Amino acid sequence: MSIILDKVNYVYSEKTAYEIHALKNINLKIEDGEFIGVIGHTGSGKSTLIQHLNGLMHATSGGIYYNGQDIYDEDYDRKKLRGRVGLVFQYPEHQLFETTIFADVSFGPKNQGLSKKEAELKAFTALRSVGLPEDYWYRSPFELSGGQKRRVAIAGVLAMEPEVLILDEPTAGLDPRGRDEILDQVAKLHEERNMTIILVSHSMEDVAKYVERLIVMNQGSIMLDGTPGEVFAHYQELEAVGLAAPQITYLMHDLRKRGIQVPGIATTLEEAKEAILQAFKK
Amino acid sequence: MLRDITIGQYYPADSVIHRLDPRTKLMAAMLYILSLFVFQGWAGFAAVTLALVLMIALSKVPFGYMVRGLKAIAVILIITILFNLFLTPGETIVEFWKLRITWEGLKNAGFMAVRLTYLILGSSILTLTTTPNQLTDGMEKALKPFNKLHVPVHEISMMMSIALRFIPILIEETDKIMKAQLARGADFESGNLIKKAKSMVPLLVPLFISAFRRANDLAMAMEARCYHGGDGRTKMKPLRYKKADIAAYLLSAGYFAGVIALKVLL
Ligand SMILES: Nc1ncnc2c1ncn2[C@@H]1O[C@H](COP(=O)(O)OP(=O)(O)O)[C@@H](O)[C@H]1O
Ligand SMILES: [Mg+2]
Repeated sequence: MSIILDKVNYVYSEKTAYEIHALKNINLKIEDGEFIGVIGHTGSGKSTLIQHLNGLMHATSGGIYYNGQDIYDEDYDRKKLRGRVGLVFQYPEHQLFETTIFADVSFGPKNQGLSKKEAELKAFTALRSVGLPEDYWYRSPFELSGGQKRRVAIAGVLAMEPEVLILDEPTAGLDPRGRDEILDQVAKLHEERNMTIILVSHSMEDVAKYVERLIVMNQGSIMLDGTPGEVFAHYQELEAVGLAAPQITYLMHDLRKRGIQVPGIATTLEEAKEAILQAFKK
Repeated sequence: MLRDITIGQYYPADSVIHRLDPRTKLMAAMLYILSLFVFQGWAGFAAVTLALVLMIALSKVPFGYMVRGLKAIAVILIITILFNLFLTPGETIVEFWKLRITWEGLKNAGFMAVRLTYLILGSSILTLTTTPNQLTDGMEKALKPFNKLHVPVHEISMMMSIALRFIPILIEETDKIMKAQLARGADFESGNLIKKAKSMVPLLVPLFISAFRRANDLAMAMEARCYHGGDGRTKMKPLRYKKADIAAYLLSAGYFAGVIALKVLL
């Protein structure tokens, strides 16, 4: 079970003065249960890439295979695919439209053709799993705070019970607390249900703590792909394209320069702490 | 999808026409449109055609790009041609059932088609080579005299440029919301009329909310920068005529006089 991208290219406004080659020859394999971070500068093609994964955008050339099936096949049910690969857009709170939060969250499962009862059951579970208190559920979604709205919007996608969950910059415009809450919820979904998760972000600090694999995009191509440790080892190349490794990576490098025996790579605070304590115990 | 609408869109290029003052281009476009209604006979036809070909060549906008704007008027064009073709009395060429095609009808239909096509092409040269901002700037300055008559020229042109600025933003927004709802399994295409209308709700509600939010933000931002209307306001890029503009004015005036002369003399 996997998503495979084979030489995918995408060109916006092809054959006009505004032509933009947004994806260049992307080859990618995403396995079941992975927790992946996609990072890159604004305009590097992250959003374009993920919209291909659920078939919303059609590659200009190249193929995409979901669980071994070509999603561009004529008889492939792409509407169903959108339910299996859930995509939460950037600023998803802008898509809310129903009179109550509960009705808005049931929109997805209803579109999947489920009965009212089943749809509501799914909405119930989804709202529970994003941790929105029950006394909000029958209020208008427009009365909520920014972070709460965003959780409702995420619940709206979760209610379709996707196998893969993709979030496009889910923390954009949130305060540090709102950011941690959302990312912790997402990490919990990964742990508890072993859901495949793809987290798009332009902030290294955000994703480094959570993900198992990092894909770095630059100008429409995949520049690096590996564990956070492997990726951050290339911190100089990352800087050259306007991305920075987490602060802690720099600290470890400085320590090494001063002759303290720590491993060169650490991606999270905990890892670094362990390593530094070890070095001083010796 | 929605972004591919080309009518009234700016095409960036570096040409003589792009560099002209928007007022000059407005004037020239107006004269050209007038000439389309004035010209008569083959000589006149040759004159307007020559002028159009020249302008298209000078503008450096690919012809194929320009022709796309014609699709929008295809229906009107066909109806006009049919009416002229069948409903003009005169010397009959062919006749079947109750319909009759005459020489005069054929000629009228031909000229009408030319007029309409040239009209669209001519005015699209204006919009393709002038950014909406330049266009409203030019209009504001050209219409300034009306300020004396208490016509709020600045306010009208400000509203126009804001509206124009918002069209692509709203199109983009529609595109985004549509995709977001599609990702939640929405279906905008199938079903009967009522079902289709209903399926627009998840699109229209967020769109309206976003339009109001943007309008609010913009008003706030303008007030925060002490915007207070047109009095005493200066421009970052004030419009000034250059030599090319004078030449363009003379050329278009000469052209227009020529078309009239052709009509009177021949
Ligand atoms: N709808 C669109 N039409 C034209 N160009 C677009 C559109 N969306 C994105 N682009 C362009 O494609 C490139 C990649 O954009 P995007 O995928 O949104 O990047 P990211 O999400 O990494 O910021 C950018 O150069 C952007 O300007
Ligand atoms: Mg993006």
